[in-house]
Amino acid sequence: MRTAFIKTLIGLAEKNERIFLLTGDLGFSVLEEFKEKFHGRFINAGIAEANMIGVAAGLALTGKLVYVYSIVPFVTLRCLEQIRNDICYQRLNVRIIGIGGGLSYGTAGGSHYSLEDIAIMRAMPDLAVVAPGDPLETESLIKESINYDGPLYIRLGKGRDPEVHKKIKSFKIGKGILIKPGKDIGIISTGNILFNSLKSAELLLESKIDPAVLSMHTVKPIDRIGLARFVKGKKAVFTVEEHDVDGGLGSAVAEVLSEMPDKINFKRIGVNPPVKILGSQDYLRAKLGLDPKGISEKIKGFLKKWKIKK
Amino acid sequence: MSKTFNKNQLAGLEEIAKELRREIVTMHALSGNSHIGSSLSVVEILIALYFYSLDLSPGCRGKKKDRLIFSKGHASSSLYAVLAKKGFFSKDLLKSYCVDGTKLAGHCIINCVPGIEASTGSLGHGLSMGAGLAIGMRAEREKHRAFVILSDGECQEGSVWEAAMFASQHKLDNLVAIIDYNKLQAFGKTSEVMDLEPLSKKWFSFGWEAREINGHNLPQVIKALSEAPFKKDKPSVIIAHTVKGKGISFMENQLLWHYKSPNKDELRKALRELD
Repeated sequence: MRTAFIKTLIGLAEKNERIFLLTGDLGFSVLEEFKEKFHGRFINAGIAEANMIGVAAGLALTGKLVYVYSIVPFVTLRCLEQIRNDICYQRLNVRIIGIGGGLSYGTAGGSHYSLEDIAIMRAMPDLAVVAPGDPLETESLIKESINYDGPLYIRLGKGRDPEVHKKIKSFKIGKGILIKPGKDIGIISTGNILFNSLKSAELLLESKIDPAVLSMHTVKPIDRIGLARFVKGKKAVFTVEEHDVDGGLGSAVAEVLSEMPDKINFKRIGVNPPVKILGSQDYLRAKLGLDPKGISEKIKGFLKKWKIKK
Repeated sequence: MSKTFNKNQLAGLEEIAKELRREIVTMHALSGNSHIGSSLSVVEILIALYFYSLDLSPGCRGKKKDRLIFSKGHASSSLYAVLAKKGFFSKDLLKSYCVDGTKLAGHCIINCVPGIEASTGSLGHGLSMGAGLAIGMRAEREKHRAFVILSDGECQEGSVWEAAMFASQHKLDNLVAIIDYNKLQAFGKTSEVMDLEPLSKKWFSFGWEAREINGHNLPQVIKALSEAPFKKDKPSVIIAHTVKGKGISFMENQLLWHYKSPNKDELRKALRELD
């Protein structure tokens, strides 16, 4: 996803001189091409994220379109008040790019995880929160971000995030993408866990359960209309995210569902931090039940509990 | 800015300083809002900027102008008073400062009225935004400058020093910081809470060119502002030594007036002193 991000941004920056890229000294071996091509529009702001966000705000006040890049916790939590006051309250065109969504930095340990960012960024006024599901969604999002009016938080994975889409017909911030139709249940996924969500659906299909899968890349503003349409007629609905089970996509969807007239069987699947085991992202996902098998087993368990037969 | 500056003009500016102080004490008396002492200490700095140094006027829209970020947002009454005096908005509006339904908050909110170009209030944000403005202006090959007014207590925020390092690294000589060094913060003397000294040495060591002045001496303030940048390729900081509560004898250097607002009697006394 990092590569999709920077490649797309470089393409856009060729034509759009307003684009600036700031990094908090991260992105070594990722951002160099941008740096070389657009020397004056690349700023390594050093390991000083609070200042970096303020600088981004100042640049945006002069009409620049500013992308700020770092690992999720450093570019969200470390400088949260700057994000709220300088970017959101002033409603500036800054795009905060968080790398390492969820448990991408597995063995790096908790300091580098992003399991609270969606919850916290979702509380920031006027800030759209978008976690694309694969490299192609990332590319589409970055292209769309040029014309988006207002601040954006973009939560990416890391290096080798698997591809889900072959082609995206239309991508719109705030509008979910149907990945797979299905008649029995619904799986709603955000961020780089999308591949596993889709694979879990395929496993469920083997057990004669036909899930529909929705990529809800935008957690805020949540796609209310798309959600209502998606859950209609489903026997149960599940959210899947590599994030704290509280406060993220699951909570955003629950807020919408709870205000709908009909009750629906609903369960949130995610992480319960703190994560006390260490290992690669795949290892952690498997241990925490976020690999395709884990997700499908959880879903089957709930269906059984609710006495729902396919 | 190399405008001529004579005694008559000085007398005129000093009269404006009195007028603004009258507005400020009245605003705080009407609203009961805090931070009057911080507003009174920054008056001459604002007058020098708005009536002399800044290439910025009510009608000027678009990019080609100086920029000012009032990072010590808690002293907003002072900025409102000077902006109204300059004609950015009607003086009548000052009466509404911090009363129900007002546009004029106790801390600056971007575009709440013409002339407020950034939101501030949480200390330690303004210098970074100023550095961003300076880079943006430089990228446009703009000759204008970005000014940031900080409080002394604000320099206890770590982010100020992040910004200081950043600005010198990027040789932002179009960035000018002015510190309203009134020596008092909420709980007591700055030197007793968390001492800033040696303050100018700190800025020098962070790669800035620093100058210390009397922040109530208008010719000194104007001179310093007109000479910035003090050195090519370096950001400039003006450390303006000031008196908290300046201009009103019973408020000067009194910690009490960081939070207190004047009652009717005190307002009358203050206005008499400012006659």
